[in-house]
Amino acid sequence: MKKITDTKELERKAVAIRKDILTMLEKAGSGHTGGSLSIVEILLDLYHRRMNIDVKKHDWKGRDKFILSKGHGCPALYAVLSDMGFFPREELWTLRQIESRLQGHPQLGLPGLEISSGSLGQGLSVANGMAIADRMDGVNAKTYCLMGDGETNEGQVWEAAMTAAHYKLDNVCGIIDYNKLQIDGFCCEVMDLGSYKKKWESFGWYTVETDGHDFEELNKNFNEVLQIKGKPQLIVAHTIKGKGVSFIENKAEWHGVAPKKDELERALLELEEAEKKI
Amino acid sequence: MAEGAVKKEATRDGFGKALLDLGGQNKDVVALSADLTESVRAHWFKEKYPERFVSHGVAEQDMISTAAGLALSGKIPFACTFGVFATGRAWDQIRISVAYMNLNVNIAGSHGGISVGEDGATHQALEEIALMRVIPNMTVVVPSDSEEAYAATKHAAGIPGPVYLRLGRAKVPTLSDSSDFEIGKAKVLTEGDDISIIACGHLVAKAMEAAYQLKSKNIQARVINLHTPKPIDREAIIKAARETGALLTVEEHTIYGGMGSAVAEVVSEECPVPIKMMGIRDVFGRSGSPDELFKHFGLNEEHIIEEAVKLVERKGKKSRC
Repeated sequence: MKKITDTKELERKAVAIRKDILTMLEKAGSGHTGGSLSIVEILLDLYHRRMNIDVKKHDWKGRDKFILSKGHGCPALYAVLSDMGFFPREELWTLRQIESRLQGHPQLGLPGLEISSGSLGQGLSVANGMAIADRMDGVNAKTYCLMGDGETNEGQVWEAAMTAAHYKLDNVCGIIDYNKLQIDGFCCEVMDLGSYKKKWESFGWYTVETDGHDFEELNKNFNEVLQIKGKPQLIVAHTIKGKGVSFIENKAEWHGVAPKKDELERALLELEEAEKKI
Repeated sequence: MAEGAVKKEATRDGFGKALLDLGGQNKDVVALSADLTESVRAHWFKEKYPERFVSHGVAEQDMISTAAGLALSGKIPFACTFGVFATGRAWDQIRISVAYMNLNVNIAGSHGGISVGEDGATHQALEEIALMRVIPNMTVVVPSDSEEAYAATKHAAGIPGPVYLRLGRAKVPTLSDSSDFEIGKAKVLTEGDDISIIACGHLVAKAMEAAYQLKSKNIQARVINLHTPKPIDREAIIKAARETGALLTVEEHTIYGGMGSAVAEVVSEECPVPIKMMGIRDVFGRSGSPDELFKHFGLNEEHIIEEAVKLVERKGKKSRC
């Protein structure tokens, strides 16, 4: 798999991944649409421009690791992993089926996957454990952990935030998919996250905010935070839940609902139009 | 058994010694603690191998998932805290971060049972065998003395999946040689044909004493140390049911879902015989000395003898109900 660095090419890839996500979800008949569409650019940046991985030898000890703590966003991760060459594309269309390796929430065993996840709030602690192990073994690798904004309601996230800062785990980089919506509605109404960047900073993290859909912005901000030594880093990525499809964007009700056939057709048409404009 | 003639040591001490020795034998062994390092006896390891010790503060959930991350990267972690906190506060982390991925994460849960004593109900783990037993892939071990705890800890490191070790605070007599210890293999301590007394943890010693005294009542009791409630030794239990016809289970744990329940699950399917389960009967623990508490909850030798006599009588009757 050739890694893409060109912004326009990444933008086209993002459209293709979104098409795959929606097609997978429509075939499955259920799944998490909104929070899958919001993390596409973040995943593509990580897998194409950031992470040192070997698709042919995934368990290579020196690899960078990616933890999808918000496990419900797995359709996006599956689509990207397949596109990277970790498993055949046809397998995408088995999402959520009984014999499938593409479980409703990620289950270890699928090539390219680092952990099982789905119960929120646990991924950052797991990432810390991997980062501590790397440090003990003298392995120079990074562990990235993508969390949802609603997920950070979980107290364990803040326990892990303290641990990473206490141990100065500068080999950990957290990313928040800050799409401002969770199942019950707007985050600020369900459980207000308050001055989010300040919270993470006060927990000892080097924190930046970025547009989570703009590849130039992502590149600039990742390049900045990855220079930081002695502190874990956090990227608050401002995103749009359901990004890319007008009738799905910014609607909490699309959190855990898959598109129906006609909705898929309309969505694919919209995405094709968007692709032409790149 | 004469007091003073046998060595007395807490099972947590056996764990701590084994952890220290494992540290010297395998550089991948690491320890994590949630602010109770000395109480769980992980401080000997911490002092010798500080670079392989992770302090978490009072954050059990973070500790368990961090242990999972360490195990995913090839380490053999031992996560140490009190049993109540490890299994109660971090149950979902054990279920998803650890057991679902079948990782070699070993959880040392100290202060199991009422023998914790004066700290009272909040600190006495009385439900954790049940809580751990219901999770797929989990192994649950309840050592009966320090030597057995040492052996169990060494074995746990070598098992690829997760292990929960229930450890105690109170000093208990060292009963037997543990060189033949094997996880999942029950140990018959005394032979007998009238009844089987199946015990685990601290109550194995009391079961032995009861069996000794039952001889004077002409009851020959088989005492089985069921140190591994999961995976359970079905063969030993079925054999005991067939050969002795009645089972008395004794544990320092709620009778709901604990070792006794595990025995009953096997027997009711394979060879139904009268069973009496001794343990904590749907109440919380309380403050008091361990001796006072064993008396209060009816878990002393005399109580075991009383129940054994009643059970042997019941076994002989046509209607056992």
